[in-house]
Parts: sequence; C-alpha cells; structure tokens
Amino acid sequence: MAEFAAHTVKSFDEDIAQLRAVITRMGGLCESQIAESVDALMSRNAEAAQIIIENDNRLDALEAEAEALAVRIIALRAPLADDLREIVSALKIAGVLERIGDYAKNIAKRSAVIAQSQPVGPAVIIPEMARLVVEIIRDTLDAFVDRDPVKALALLQRDQQVDEYYNSLFRALLTFMMENPHYITPSTHLLFVAKNLERIGDHATSVAEMVYYSVTGQRPAERPKNDFTSTVYSPE
Amino acid sequence: MNQNPAIGHNTVPKMTARDVNVFYGQKQAIKNVSIDVSAEHVTAFIGPSGCGKSTFLRCLNRMNDTVDGARVEGRIELDGQDVYASGMDVVQLRARVGMVFQKPNPFPKSIYENVAYGPRLHGLARSKTDMDEIVESALKRAGLWDEAKDRLNESGTAMSGGQQQRLCIARAIAVDPEVILMDEPCSALDPIATARIEELIDELRGRYAIVIVTHNMQQAARVSQKTAFFHLGTLVEYDDTSSIFTNPKATRTKDYITGRYG
Repeated sequence: MAEFAAHTVKSFDEDIAQLRAVITRMGGLCESQIAESVDALMSRNAEAAQIIIENDNRLDALEAEAEALAVRIIALRAPLADDLREIVSALKIAGVLERIGDYAKNIAKRSAVIAQSQPVGPAVIIPEMARLVVEIIRDTLDAFVDRDPVKALALLQRDQQVDEYYNSLFRALLTFMMENPHYITPSTHLLFVAKNLERIGDHATSVAEMVYYSVTGQRPAERPKNDFTSTVYSPE
Repeated sequence: MNQNPAIGHNTVPKMTARDVNVFYGQKQAIKNVSIDVSAEHVTAFIGPSGCGKSTFLRCLNRMNDTVDGARVEGRIELDGQDVYASGMDVVQLRARVGMVFQKPNPFPKSIYENVAYGPRLHGLARSKTDMDEIVESALKRAGLWDEAKDRLNESGTAMSGGQQQRLCIARAIAVDPEVILMDEPCSALDPIATARIEELIDELRGRYAIVIVTHNMQQAARVSQKTAFFHLGTLVEYDDTSSIFTNPKATRTKDYITGRYG
C-alpha cells in the first residue's frame, strides 16, 4: 500500500478526502443498484424495479458533486504529480460509475417486460454474472480507497470470467429463441440485460486501470478481452 | 443603482470602506473603492503591480499617514467606528489592526523581547508571569513555540526567514489584534516556509479577520475564501475565491488570472 505523507496545509488533504468520499459513496451505490436490479428482475418485483430507476438520480447528483469538487481543487490548489493524477482519475472514475449506474437502471427498466412472460431458462445464469461484477466493483473500490496498485492490477483478469458467462449466455439465448419463438421478446430483453452486465464488467475493469494509473503514473499493459460474441454467426 | 457585491455580503463585517480615494500628491492611486472586510474569512487582494492593493491595505490601519504627500478620502470603519476620526488613537488602532510585511523585520532584540515589546507598550501585562504567558501564547499561536522555547534570549534576527516571519506574526498577535493585515508575507520565503505560513493562516482564520495582499494568484487561491481583484486603482471584482478562480464575471479578472493580461 502506498504511503502518503500529509500536506503541510491540512485543508488540502481535507479537500482530497472529500472528493474521494464522494467516489466511495458512488461505488457503494452502484453495487447496490446492480444487485437489486437483478434481484427485482429475477423475482419479478415491479416496485423494487421502480425504486432502482429513481435511485439513479442520486448517482447523477453525486457525479455532478464530484465534478464540482475536482474543478474546485484544480483551480484552487493547482495540484501536481500524484495529487494531480488523483484528481483527474477521480473525475474519470466518477463518470464511469455514473455510466455503470445507468446500466443497472436499464436492467430495472426491462424487468417489467420480462416479467410478462414465463421465466426464460438460460436466465438462471444472470444472478451469478451480477454477483461477479458486484464483487469486481467492490474490490476495485477497495483498491481505490487503499491506493493499492497491486490489487488494481489483479482485477484486470477478473473480467474474463464475466465475458465467458456472457459468451455462453449469448449462445444459450440464441438457441432458446430459435426453439421458442414465442419467447423472442423477453429473450431479447435478457440479451440486453446480459450485455449490460458484461459492459459493467468492462467499466469496472477500466476503473481498476484508472486506480493503477493514479498511483503509479503508468498504464497497465493491454488487458485480455474474452468477449467473442461479435463474431458469433450461429450458436452451434 | 449599481449592485456592488463587495459590500453588504456579511451580516456584520469587521471593517467597511466606502468611496475611498487615495492620492499621492497629484497622482490618484485608489479610485472610489467600497468593500466590506469579513470578520470570519481570509480576504485576498490580488492584481498586477501598481494596481493599488497595497495602498488600499495600508489605509485600513492608517499606515499611509506615514507616507509624505499621501491623502485618504472616504470613510473607513472598524466595528462601525471611523478610523480617521480626530479622536482615534492611531497607536491603539495599529494594535487592533496589526500588520505583517513582505520582508520579515524582527527587532534587533531577543525573541522574547520582540514579542513582549508591543504588550509592554500597551500595558497589557501586570507582571513578569503575565508577560511570560503572553509571549508563550503568541509564539504558540504563531507556530513558533517549539522552535523558540529553548532560545528565547537569542536574537530574533538569528533565525531563518520563515521563522522570522512567524516571529513577526507572533509579534502582531501578542497585542491581541482583531484584524491582521499581511502585505505579501511569503514573497521572501521558500515553498516549505510558505506552506507553513499558509497553514498558520488557516489556523488563525476565524479568530482574526485576515486580509492578505499577494501578487501570487495561486497563493490567493489556496489561502483565502474571498478575493478582491484590483486594477488601475479600482476594485474590479469581489467574490468567493472559488468563483473568482473557476468562473470570474469580469473580462479583466479573467484575463488577469489566466495570464492573458499585458
């Protein structure tokens, strides 16, 4: 874990701590939005889905707050070196977390339509995908709080598992649709849900890269991509 | 009627200035400046060389009285009292409104005597023990006690620049001021000494009304909560420091802080 000496002017440390606290709150909110949106989806709970949709406003507000704080720190403190990288990274991370929140909201939005049909078999894998991405986000936020580049680097591999789930879910849903044309509508929505989770995994990984850059000043080597669905022609 | 944001922004300002004009002989250095000085914030005066910020600062404790040919018009009040009133005791005024200068100027006396001089002059100590307490308290509040306590009888001039400046601040604090004026207090100091003074200013804020003149915009941005931009003798813009430096209203302000000026 990186050792950080305090600034001589303590209010500078307080400003940075305030910005980091907003990021941490955003991360926690993302985790719960994702977990609860998938819960609402699988349990066909329309009220829970609606709450998630409304909660997204809080994430948007937090992003605006993070942006205002970052701009203020840059203007008033003229941060340099690692301070500068911290502020710039925090700004970018806030934007990515807000995006992740939008994906969770989108999952919640689709759950009403999906609930109108009988459950789609292959969907059982979705809670497991969700659990994985929530874990990645949680661990990424830990790496952020601890300013730990080793932890951040280790996270870059975790997304591969999410991609593998997405690949198999993609094929399974295509097969299911071909065999059950009445289920094309809910299945298509579920494809989007799966895609949202896969995108969340990608975004969480890019947050880990930003944490790594913030602490070390370097970008990690090219991370492996395991999502091959764009080349899938037919699911056999 | 013009809405001047530099006045009426505090519930009770510590000092007020209305329609102040300052002349050096025929030359007008300050043109119609009105401003309220906050009791609880650090106010920074910024602006290019010759804009009048130091001249205006010196009006607040009548230091311009000592400048030949200087003439001050308008009304300046401390807690509602006119500082230029004929009955005003200027020595007392300068204890209540203390000043720290750009070049540290400790007396050629011991550290102890530097701090004790003012309180002795104003009769603030009834005994040696009293005076010891006043000196210790001022040095502690100026962040110099730990470095000075074992050498109080050594000369005030035998310290580093940063220490000397903190000694001058202790000297100003020792007479229990209400306002501390600082005219480019860190210009002669290195970055570490500067940071220590800035942290000190942060600690003193709230206890004293502080006004700092600085040509270093970054310092004004770090240290103050309110900023006044002076240009060619006029007060161009006054606002929260964060607003001045993220979204200034006047083009002249923006040009100055972004380095498009001149």
